[in-house]
Amino acid sequence: MIPLTYFLILSAILFVLGAIAFFIKKDLITQFMSVEIMFNAANLAFLTFAKSTGSLDGQIIVFFVITVAAAEAAVGLAIILLLYRQKKTIKTEDIQSMKG
Amino acid sequence: MAQFLFFLLATICIGAVLGMIISKDQAYNALFLIVAFVCTGGLFGLLDAPFIAAVQIIIYAGAIMILFIFVVMMINLRKGLEPEKKKWTLYFAVIVAAVLVLELVLTLKGALEPAGSSTVAELGSPTDLGRLLFTKYLYPFEITSILIIAALVGAIVLVKKRDKA
Amino acid sequence: MTDYFWLIPFIPALSTLILVLFGQKLPKKYVSFQACFAIFASFVVSLISFFGLLQTSHEHLPIIKNLFSWIHAGSFQADLALQLDPLSSIMTLVVTGVGFLIHVYSTGYMADDEGYTRYFTYLNLFTFAMLILVMGSNLVVMFVGWEGVGLCSYLLIGFWFEKHSAANAGKKAFIVNRIGDAAFLLGIFFIFINIGSGEFSVINQAIGSGAITQGLATLIAILLFIGATGKSAQIPLYIWLPDAMEGPTPVSALIHAATMVTAGVYMVARMNVLFTFSGSAGSIVAVVGALTAVFAATMALTQNDIKRVLAYSTISQIGYMFIGCGVGAYAAGMFHLYTHAFFKSLLFLAAGSVMHALSGELNMQKMGGLRKYLPLTYPTFLIGAIAIAGIPFLSGFFSKDAILTSAYASGQYFVWALGIFGAVLTAFYMFRLIFLTFFGNERLEPHAKEHLHESPPAMTIPLVVLAFFSVVAGYVGLPVVVGKNMDFFGRFLEPVIHKAHEVHLSLGTEWLLILISVAVAVTGIYIAWVFYIKNPKIPHNLVARFPGAHKLLYNKYYVDEIYNAMFVNSLIKGSETVYDHFDLKVIDGAVNGSAKATNFFGKVLSYFQTGFIKDYALIFLLGAILLLGYLLF
Repeated sequence: MIPLTYFLILSAILFVLGAIAFFIKKDLITQFMSVEIMFNAANLAFLTFAKSTGSLDGQIIVFFVITVAAAEAAVGLAIILLLYRQKKTIKTEDIQSMKG
Repeated sequence: MAQFLFFLLATICIGAVLGMIISKDQAYNALFLIVAFVCTGGLFGLLDAPFIAAVQIIIYAGAIMILFIFVVMMINLRKGLEPEKKKWTLYFAVIVAAVLVLELVLTLKGALEPAGSSTVAELGSPTDLGRLLFTKYLYPFEITSILIIAALVGAIVLVKKRDKA
Repeated sequence: MTDYFWLIPFIPALSTLILVLFGQKLPKKYVSFQACFAIFASFVVSLISFFGLLQTSHEHLPIIKNLFSWIHAGSFQADLALQLDPLSSIMTLVVTGVGFLIHVYSTGYMADDEGYTRYFTYLNLFTFAMLILVMGSNLVVMFVGWEGVGLCSYLLIGFWFEKHSAANAGKKAFIVNRIGDAAFLLGIFFIFINIGSGEFSVINQAIGSGAITQGLATLIAILLFIGATGKSAQIPLYIWLPDAMEGPTPVSALIHAATMVTAGVYMVARMNVLFTFSGSAGSIVAVVGALTAVFAATMALTQNDIKRVLAYSTISQIGYMFIGCGVGAYAAGMFHLYTHAFFKSLLFLAAGSVMHALSGELNMQKMGGLRKYLPLTYPTFLIGAIAIAGIPFLSGFFSKDAILTSAYASGQYFVWALGIFGAVLTAFYMFRLIFLTFFGNERLEPHAKEHLHESPPAMTIPLVVLAFFSVVAGYVGLPVVVGKNMDFFGRFLEPVIHKAHEVHLSLGTEWLLILISVAVAVTGIYIAWVFYIKNPKIPHNLVARFPGAHKLLYNKYYVDEIYNAMFVNSLIKGSETVYDHFDLKVIDGAVNGSAKATNFFGKVLSYFQTGFIKDYALIFLLGAILLLGYLLF
């Protein structure tokens, strides 16, 4: 059997990679996608613990996380579309109207 | 066998994410992400969660990424955007990354049950999941359905073109 | 019948509350009805309690009703307790009875005033405070009432607060009262330290069993009396009362003639055991009272403002009450308080009626010959004047005679002589007022003459009632010459007033004293008649011959100016300096400074708000890392 620590290490690496991607990228859509990567990393961790404790609650949580992430993706993309229509750009640097 | 599968899937996953980071084109980013999600689905399967693995591939790699690709196509940028160029941000990012990985690993490791890997085989069968869903987690289940409807309606309302009267 | 006596203060209190909360929305007619009815109801309860008291035997007195335990701090205890005994019963009857008549009068006098509802709210509040003062069974409750009437006095004197003189008069009254109250409080503190309780019955018992020395008793008594000089306008704190005439005339009648200013006399009578035990304090009270009586009477001689004359007259008459209390005849002092309430309020209300008839004219030099125009006001005014002058068969004669006889009997001849001299002056200035106002040539302003009319029934009926009582009220305290035990008033007060010693004069001496007082009264009236009717040139000639004396009297001995120079101006200067250096710089500086600091920090923080999502996310992440690090290690 695979030692569960490997899964956890993988989850941590994925999470950090997602975070780095968020900070490196300049366009909104890719930043959004990196957030999805972070979600997946978290899901991986949940399932690892579910298997470790032997209870199914972790899997249920992952189920809900996936569902909610789907809903959130829909709305988030709608907002990005609206932003693009307004500002004609998806470069994050140009969206600073909340300054101050 | 399982070990080999694990390392294969893990490598492909990390490779896809790295590719997403390096690539400048949004369409390529989306495709790389699909690969990453499929691998993750496989990893879920390795963790005795077949149902969740199926859900992951159907919803994440299937529905969500399709949404992303639609939006990428609608925005239709000619050229991609370059990632950060300044040197100090890269170093900073590497340091932050290292620190974060270290912390996360340490935290998570400490939370593992001392039993190590468990031996329950039929852990994530749909029957058991379904039973839990409809008894213990009934309320979240119902509320999530309302949430999805809200998101649906919200997304459509947001993007609707205003009629210029 | 005495069971519900404790309701007496709370009926006006309830009326006040209703007027405060809803007064602006209630129609004027209802306000008049409610305000007057509240006092009337209180009066009825007082009357019932009085009759019940008559049937109660002396062992059961005083009847105390402890409403609730107010302060309980270690060994210090003060309860809100009301007491019914002869002294408080008389006071409640006077306050509610005369108060009711004045309320009715006010409905006519203040009918056109904009602040009508506010006026009645204050009047009811005053009645409540005054009743608490006279019904309290311990010094703390009395002090609460004491302060309450001081507040209402300020509110009512400065009723027309847009007038500078009225607002200043209100302030002056309150501040001068406060000075007296400081001494009063010190007296209360001493009592609590040495006797341990403020309850009157406890205090009386303690003094009787020798808990304090005579020296300490004298100190406490003097402190309490200083408080009384503030409230009852004696030397040295009388200066606020003449200025208080800025308030509406019914207010002057109620507060500054019948009730509030007599609170000091009530207090001394209530603490009679203390004053008698102290001995010398009583003499001081009598001498101060006598000096004030004459001093104020001299100032009344030259005033032209009809209300000022009556104000000085009040100061003078209260001096008489203190003479009575000071020589040990507390019952005589209270008797004069009771009769004075009737004829003094009658005089003030009648003066208000004259002013109302003349559209607000106050100056007697601009009056004259009014007796044909004011068929109800004139006779009632005259009755009041006769009563105060001490002419036999009216109430003032009996009470003044009781005081002067006691003064003579106690051997304080100097006090008695001053009292007699004051009686001459009293008769003189009162009839000077009558003759200038109602007789002689008409010196009216044409505008006043046009609108000359008798007052409405709301105003004249109380005048008639008060005149009736000014005549008959004295018959409850007949002097010894008439019969041995005809002093019902004194006998009624016996359970409260513990007479130290009875000095009996021979019947001949008594008759002689009566004759002397009557003679001086008649002399005063005769002199006034000569000066103002027979030979009106005499006053002018006198003023021309003695301009300095006249100026001194007319300017009230310059007492106000002396006080200003000695105390007031330096205090004002001191306050201004403190204001400049402390208030403006330190306090305002602190407040403004904290605002500036907040502003500065806000600016610093706003640098973080770049509006840039990545920056926000970065801070999230850093925060999460720090937190994880903290939890791990």
